[in-house]
Amino acid sequence: MSKTLFDKVWDSHVVRSVENGPDVLFIDRHLVHEVTSPVAFLGLKNRGIPVLYPNRTFATADHNTPTRNQHLPVADPLSANQLAALERNATEHGIPYWGLGHEKNGIVHVIGPENGITLPGATIVCGDSHTSTHGAFGAIAFGIGTSEVEMVLATQCIMQPKPKSMRININGSLNPGVTPKDVALYIISQLTTSGATGYFVEYAGEVFRNMSMEGRMTVCNLSIEMGARGGMVAPDQKTFDYVKGREFAPKGAAWDEAMAYWETLYTDKDARFDKELTFNGADIEPMITYGTNPGMGLGISQSIPAAETVEGGVSTYRKSLEYMAFSEGEAMIGKKVDFVFLGSCTNGRIEDFRAFAQVVKGRKKADHVTAWLVPGSHQVEAAIREEGILEVLTEAGFELREPGCSACLAMNEDKIPAGKYAVSTSNRNFEGRQGPGARTLLASPLVAAAAAVTGKVTDPRQLLEIEMA
Amino acid sequence: MAYDKFTVLQSTAVPLPIENVDTDQIIPARFLKATERKGFGDNLFRDWRYHPDNTPKEHFVLNNPLYGGQILVGGKNFGSGSSREHAAWAVYDYGFRCVVSSFFADIFRNNCLNVGVLPVQVSPEFLQQIFEAIEKDPKTELVVDLPAQTITLKATGASEAFDINGYKKDNLTNGFDDIDYLLNMKEEIKTFAQNTPL
Ligand code: SF4
Repeated sequence: MSKTLFDKVWDSHVVRSVENGPDVLFIDRHLVHEVTSPVAFLGLKNRGIPVLYPNRTFATADHNTPTRNQHLPVADPLSANQLAALERNATEHGIPYWGLGHEKNGIVHVIGPENGITLPGATIVCGDSHTSTHGAFGAIAFGIGTSEVEMVLATQCIMQPKPKSMRININGSLNPGVTPKDVALYIISQLTTSGATGYFVEYAGEVFRNMSMEGRMTVCNLSIEMGARGGMVAPDQKTFDYVKGREFAPKGAAWDEAMAYWETLYTDKDARFDKELTFNGADIEPMITYGTNPGMGLGISQSIPAAETVEGGVSTYRKSLEYMAFSEGEAMIGKKVDFVFLGSCTNGRIEDFRAFAQVVKGRKKADHVTAWLVPGSHQVEAAIREEGILEVLTEAGFELREPGCSACLAMNEDKIPAGKYAVSTSNRNFEGRQGPGARTLLASPLVAAAAAVTGKVTDPRQLLEIEMA
Repeated sequence: MAYDKFTVLQSTAVPLPIENVDTDQIIPARFLKATERKGFGDNLFRDWRYHPDNTPKEHFVLNNPLYGGQILVGGKNFGSGSSREHAAWAVYDYGFRCVVSSFFADIFRNNCLNVGVLPVQVSPEFLQQIFEAIEKDPKTELVVDLPAQTITLKATGASEAFDINGYKKDNLTNGFDDIDYLLNMKEEIKTFAQNTPL
């Protein structure tokens, strides 16, 4: 029978199907961080049971860590307490733990791929919804709640009904200045934030084939923002080249064996999806959001739509614009920007810093803009130095911080003040996401860079002297 | 973590007719620093409920003494956003045992089921009826019957059936959780793991 890529990976991990119920799915690799794990470990303790497979479990500290002076004790006592709890739990259960200052430390979804934890055809979970990132490698990867974290620690399994399948094809090629982030924000704006709820998405078509692994990670990362459980891209030579030689990737004979499996990971020709959508790459321009959910995005040159033209509740839409202090019909270009955040598991990888540097090179940061540039991991940070990007950034008046989630969810001190506008490369523009009262405009690293040097929403293609169609 | 069994719930309800209520609103990230599952109900809808100086916002429904009960009724696409189970804990800890909406985000729905909160998905029309009934009379009661899988507006008798997976239904009515189930099949899992390369 013809199978989709998703079917192949899912079916090969089903330990048992419960009648009238969910599948018991075996999890190859489990990523753990400080915020969603303490109660799960407490659960194990109460039941008096150990972690079943510590060697399939990896722990890092990222969500509430400071992005400055990481060599000093963490000042916030609650954060320090959570970090200490994770270290204690990891040590007690024999789980590798990459805490603050460790060379492998970084955002959980950045370090997974970097260290070869993320593999094609694997099942990967983590108590963070953007676990979907790892789908870029042809893995089934999704976020879970704390009860499920406890389940996986205790039994290496999770109980889930098999989701429906959706394929999103984007054909043709992207115009210059249009990045993977724009592709994802475009899809979400077309589908809305609930358009893929209940589905697992496969991204297919020329645009994704031509995309780098980093770009695929950005797109898969944002799958959750259209409601999908996760998204995946069929692995290809690019994927195998990326994985090869990384620390936790198979080696020698195990590599050959893995490759034999990985090469079967594609959707069969006549496999059927529950839903299929097709877009044209050339229709996408650099995107920006104007509201309080990631579906409220538009091409940067466009104006905020009138309430009557949008689907869904008019009062909810107006409440959202009120929070942003925007009006229907206003242009996005030229709006004043107070903060710029480059980072997160969406856009905190080396390619994102290269893109940012490309725009700010030879320019200066706008005086009134506060910019937080936060690499996704120490490895990204090292690459920024090695490639000479740090010099470009410093010359333009920017400063590099230490790795972590930072202003993506503002659990540490990197909070956007109430009422201020931030162009952010992260993934959520919900009310208060980046700090109580903060106003977030989601965009690509290119758009973020253009805002950082001009102090307002600016089309990066203008600065890059790209001719617009 | 075990929770109380759920069979039939008859209660007044709290209306929240807003769409796309995300988990950052249900429980803002800054309250996720606990290492125990305690006290999350106090911070449910924190920023909608309180001013920055911690005085209550009078207009928010949880601060309105007219409304109360163990059922929360929300607009479409309830619980979107983060995977934080803290959102479901906050809902439970505040005293809600059931959330009604015309559409739920996946992870939130799952988390609810795992912590003993029943998510009931109704048609947009029925949701509208419920909102109108509560607006007319805040003391109006809903009856959520899990064994029969129905939700009924007591005053009018208007009723709708809802879906729930049979396994989850058994769990909720018995107060069991998935871990109990999985621990019982540990040997089967270990055998499976042997054939699954790391
Ligand atoms: S960067 Fe943001 S989305 Fe990514 S893991 Fe951290 S908090 Fe979650």
